Amino acid sequence: MSFNWRSTWSIYQRELLRFLRTAFQSILSPVLTTSLYFIVFGAAIGGRMPDLGGVDYAAFIIPGLLMLTLLGETTSNSSFGIYMPRFTGTIYELLSAPVGVAETLVGFVGAAATKSLILAAIILATATLFVDYSIAHPVWAVIYIMLVAAAFSLFGFILGVWADNFEKLGIIPMLILTPLTFLGGTFYSIEMLPSPWDKIALANPIVYLVNGLRWTFYGSSDVSFGVSLGITLGFLTVCTIIIAVIFRTGWRLRN
Amino acid sequence: MEPILELDGLSKTYPGGLKALDAVDLTVHKGEIFALLGPNGAGKTTLIGAVCGLVRPTGGTMRAFGHDLSTDWRRARARIGLVPQELATDMFEPVIRAVSYSRGLFGLPPDKARIEEILRALSLWDKCDERIMALSGGMKRRVLIAKALAHEPDLLFLDEPTAGVDVELRRDMWKLIGAMRERGVTIILTTHYIEEAEEMADRVGVIRKGRLLMVDDKAAMMARLGRTEALIDLDQPLAELPAALAGFPVHLERDGHQLCYRGGDGSGKGKAEVAALVKALVSAGIGFVGIDIHESSLEDIFVDLVAEQGA
Repeated sequence: MSFNWRSTWSIYQRELLRFLRTAFQSILSPVLTTSLYFIVFGAAIGGRMPDLGGVDYAAFIIPGLLMLTLLGETTSNSSFGIYMPRFTGTIYELLSAPVGVAETLVGFVGAAATKSLILAAIILATATLFVDYSIAHPVWAVIYIMLVAAAFSLFGFILGVWADNFEKLGIIPMLILTPLTFLGGTFYSIEMLPSPWDKIALANPIVYLVNGLRWTFYGSSDVSFGVSLGITLGFLTVCTIIIAVIFRTGWRLRN
Repeated sequence: MEPILELDGLSKTYPGGLKALDAVDLTVHKGEIFALLGPNGAGKTTLIGAVCGLVRPTGGTMRAFGHDLSTDWRRARARIGLVPQELATDMFEPVIRAVSYSRGLFGLPPDKARIEEILRALSLWDKCDERIMALSGGMKRRVLIAKALAHEPDLLFLDEPTAGVDVELRRDMWKLIGAMRERGVTIILTTHYIEEAEEMADRVGVIRKGRLLMVDDKAAMMARLGRTEALIDLDQPLAELPAALAGFPVHLERDGHQLCYRGGDGSGKGKAEVAALVKALVSAGIGFVGIDIHESSLEDIFVDLVAEQGA
C-alpha cells in the first residue's frame, strides 16, 4: 500500500482544528509578546541605537523576533500534538490505524508548520504597525521559514515522544531554546560582542538560524546564508532520522 | 470455517522480565463472537494490543485475514477496529467530528450517510454536535464504539466493553454486539463479566498469566466442565444409602438428613438425573421436604479452572 493521503489529511485537519479551538491563546499571546518587544526594543530603546549594517534597529530585530516566536511556538505546538495523545491514551487510535511514519509525520509536522507560518504572517503584519521594513529575498524568506518550521516541528515531535511528564515537555524550550535564541543575535549583531564572546557565540546554532532569516530580509548577516541553510537542512535530516528510529523501535510509543 | 485471526506462539516479555503473553496459539473464525476471559493482569489487553499494533510482541507470529501483521500490517489493520478499555478520546471534540476523523485516519473517504447510520444505530445521532465531554459515561463508550466502526471493520476488538456501565446500558450493548455480528463482523471481546460471555460468546478462551489455558465452544465447555448439584432434605434421616439409589452419584450429608447429588455435564444431563433420582425416592417411599438444585455457570467453571491452574 502506498502513502495514504487521506490519513495524513485527517491528522493535519484535526491538528489545525485543535489549533483554531485555542486560537485566542495560540495567536493572541505571541502577537502580544512580539508587540511588546517592538514597543520596548524597537520604539523605546531602538531610537537611541545606531543603524546596524545600514538597517534601522527596529527593523533589524524583526527576523530575530520572528525566529524567537517561530522556534518556541513550533516546538511547543508539535510536542503537545504528540504528547497529549500519549498522555490521554488517544494515541491508541493512531497506532492501531494503517498509518505509517511518513503519513504521521506529514500530518503532525505539516500542521505544526502551518500554524507557525500563520503566526509568522501575523507577526510580520503586526511589525508593520511599529516599523517600516522590506524583505530583500521574499521567496527565500518563505522557504527558509518553512524549513525552520519543519525542522523544529520534527524537534518538537521528538520532545513530545521523549517527555513523560509536563515538566519535561516544557524544560527544553524554556531552559535551552529560549536562552539560546536570546543569545543568538535576536537583538544584536554578533559583531557587537567583545572578543572572545563574538567567537563563542558562533557555537550557538540559533545564531545561524537568526542570521539566515536576517539575510533573507536585508541581504546581509553575520554568517553566510549558505552555512545557515546547511545547518537548518542538517538539523532537519537528523530529526527525521531520529523519528524514523523512534517509529521503527516503537520507543515510548508502543509497549 | 474461514480463519480471520491466527496467532502462533505469540509471546510478550517486558524488559523487566514480566511474561505478559506466553506462547499463545489461537485461531478465531469469521463471524464468531470470541470471549477472552481472565483475571486482572492475565494478558487479555496485551493480546489485543499486540494484534492492534499497540504492543510489540517478542515472539510468535500473527496473521489477520491472511496477512502477516508484522510485514503486511497496513492491509490487516485497515480491517480491524478497536474499542479500548479506557475512555480515551479528545473530550473537546464534537461527536460527529471525532467519528469522521476515525474514518479518515483509516484512509476512507468521507461518507456522511455512513457516519449518520452508525451514530443512529448507537443512539448518538441527536448528540452528534455535542462535545464528547458533555456526554454520560455510557454515551462516551458508545462514541468509542462508533469511532471503531467508522471504517467498517471486519474484525472488532472490544476490550471490556461494558466496564463501569449500568445494567440497562450493558443489555443495550449486548444487543448492539449481536447486531454487529449479524452484519458479519467478527468480534473478540474481553470481559470481567462472565455473564456477558455466557450471554453472547460462541467460543470462550480462558487466559491466565499470559497462558491460554483453554479454548472451546461455549456449549462444549459447559458440557465438559459443567456440573449439577442437588441437595435433597429428607424428612427422616437415613443411616445408609438404600439399594434403590445405587447407580446415582449421591451421598448422605448432615448425619443422613440430606441427600447430595453431584453429577451431570452442564448440558442438561444433570437435571434429567435429578428427576430420575426424585422418582426413585418416591418409588422407594423415602420422603423429602425440600430440593435445592444448582447448575454450574460459566463463572463457576472459570473460577475452578483458574484456581486449579494457579494451584
